[in-house]
Amino acid sequence: MYVYDEFDRAFLAERVAEFRDQVARRLSGALSEDEFKPLRLMNGVYLQLHAYMLRVAIPYGTLSSDQLRRLAYVARTYDRGYGHFTTRQNIQFNWIKLEDLPDAMAALAEVGVHGIQTSGNCIRNVTTDQWAGATPQEFDDPRIWAEILRQYSTLHPEFTYLPRKFKIAITAAPKDRAATKVHDVGLRLHRNEAGELGFEVLVGGGLGRTPFVGKSVRAFLPARHLLSYIEAIMRVYNQYGRRDNIYKARIKILVHEIGAEAFAKAVEAEWEAIRDGALHLSDEIIADIRSRFLYPDFTPRADPPAALVAALEDPAFADWHRNSVHPHKVPGYAIVTVSLKAIGAPPGDATADQMDVVAALADDFGWREIRVGHEQNLCLPNVAQEDLPAIWRRLEAAGLATPNVNHISDIIACPGLDYCALANARAIPVAQEIAKRFKDLDRSRAIGRLHVNISGCINACGHHHVGHIGILGVEKNGQEFYQITLGGRADEHAQLGTLLGPAVSYEQVPGLIEDVVDTYMELRADPQELFIDTVARLGVEPFKERVYAAH
Amino acid sequence: MRLIENGKPVEDRFVRVSDDEALPEGAAVLIGIERFLKDAEALRERPAPVGVIWPNSRPIAEIEPYLGRIALIALNFPSFRDGRAYSQARLLRERLGWTGPLRAVGNVLRDQFLLMQRSGFDQIEVSKAADADAFDEAVHRYTVFYQPATDRRPSLLRQRLGRSAPGVGE
Repeated sequence: MYVYDEFDRAFLAERVAEFRDQVARRLSGALSEDEFKPLRLMNGVYLQLHAYMLRVAIPYGTLSSDQLRRLAYVARTYDRGYGHFTTRQNIQFNWIKLEDLPDAMAALAEVGVHGIQTSGNCIRNVTTDQWAGATPQEFDDPRIWAEILRQYSTLHPEFTYLPRKFKIAITAAPKDRAATKVHDVGLRLHRNEAGELGFEVLVGGGLGRTPFVGKSVRAFLPARHLLSYIEAIMRVYNQYGRRDNIYKARIKILVHEIGAEAFAKAVEAEWEAIRDGALHLSDEIIADIRSRFLYPDFTPRADPPAALVAALEDPAFADWHRNSVHPHKVPGYAIVTVSLKAIGAPPGDATADQMDVVAALADDFGWREIRVGHEQNLCLPNVAQEDLPAIWRRLEAAGLATPNVNHISDIIACPGLDYCALANARAIPVAQEIAKRFKDLDRSRAIGRLHVNISGCINACGHHHVGHIGILGVEKNGQEFYQITLGGRADEHAQLGTLLGPAVSYEQVPGLIEDVVDTYMELRADPQELFIDTVARLGVEPFKERVYAAH
Repeated sequence: MRLIENGKPVEDRFVRVSDDEALPEGAAVLIGIERFLKDAEALRERPAPVGVIWPNSRPIAEIEPYLGRIALIALNFPSFRDGRAYSQARLLRERLGWTGPLRAVGNVLRDQFLLMQRSGFDQIEVSKAADADAFDEAVHRYTVFYQPATDRRPSLLRQRLGRSAPGVGE
């Protein structure tokens, strides 16, 4: 866990006081809605279809049990008893009243949680791998660097009114669980041949109406230069990013229009001027931030312990274990994914009671730590394997042990037309119906890893372009239609999906997805060949022929 | 419009003159970029001070040859949402070595005063009277600054060094 100190706490209290004053000025009319909007957005407050929405940051996906319990408290006290975890390590409360917002924010600030820079044209919550610090795969804990960036970007005087929002993601493992290639800036932490820690820097990735995979502008940036290099990128973007058209204002358009090479040249020139200045990260500074992350006092244990081996005799536990438990860097420990994709429930939603259950599990078995991943599931990153049966029983009782992680029913979906003012079509009910079609565990296990991503409009909050199966809701003559893409992926081999064919109606989507899956089952080279690999091998044509012949 | 300099309300001694108006004799003037560049040679002979409003769409580095004959630089916020002038201000102060007065003009509102101050503006031309009255409060709302900027306040990354981390070991 990162430990906030008195500076962070003072800042949060000052921020809440400022927002309280801004709300008061808005209510008195001293601020117009036009003037208030960017201010509330930079505190995570949206005006949605039915109510104000509060988006709360979960920096680099890490929560303490006290923080999760406080989110539950806010859900219960100011909302309708639940919250929605997003694809960017945030949680959203959909039913908060404007006049309650300062109190809700003050309650969150007491435990170091806030909505600062979860929206607006600023540097957003920096995201990373939900397995950080626990996975055996990583070169370093990426949260150290995400925290350095969090501090650097918080209320940055120069970069608070950028042309458009700006999202940074970091991976420190070769397996990219943070979708770094589809962020404005993606950082891949690794070591060079000399063993020195540094970043590959990708710029200009992103989804939305003009999707791009990020381009590498620097293969290796020594880690101590992280802030000066980011500042150089931001300064070039702030001055030259387009402001004439909101749809062309993201950095990806600038990079695309002038070319990655010209962009990199401008950044390097700016960087040369500042690289050894005040942003230089000395070993001391890095060590100071590092010292604020507290790690569990792991003692290696039997792997697997006898208690686990015995418990695996129970097929239901074994199903969950196979699906939700992942290797930990310390023998005898495990990483547990908590599915928020119960069949028929809105993807990523958790009730206040469920949040309390997970917080209690973290207290009892997981060093009080919880993670949130971009797949809209929770995670207990540090649990002893011998405790897994007890954890499972309590998750199961709370509806949190659906053994479908990475299965077709583990769907990423935006809130869609049920909540969002921008949406053209529903996303949640589409996800619910698809999940129901594949609720049979034997069937979904036979299909294997398959990511379905659903967005209710072209803004792509459900990351449909990078779903193995992507579903995009559009509106035609007042009716909901859906475009299907195949072959997208958000990992280290990120690529955008290919359109399957003409859009289909709301009612046709679940059947069409079943046809796509049946086609895969017939065409795959062997049961080990994943859906994404079959699509890569054969292209979308065989799927198209089969699916549109049927519809 | 109310002008605030280094936190205090002041009279504006510069007269804003549009491109087609004659320059008032002997008065300090603030003029647009087109006129400034067109009349650069003639203005050089002018005994009274000349300030220029530099647009946020023009690279600020281009101002460098003229810095020796400018008495005031005004950077423009056509909308408070358009933040290009923050970068221009920092580059003027930190790269081009401008130590003269630097004024924020345009849609300048209270909730941006602190950002402007931190980016190197020492003069702020305030759009609303009530905002000018609240200037002091607005720039003192925060005691904690996470990153270094033009104002040279120590950033938190450095401020923390040498301190024990309260809460560690909890």
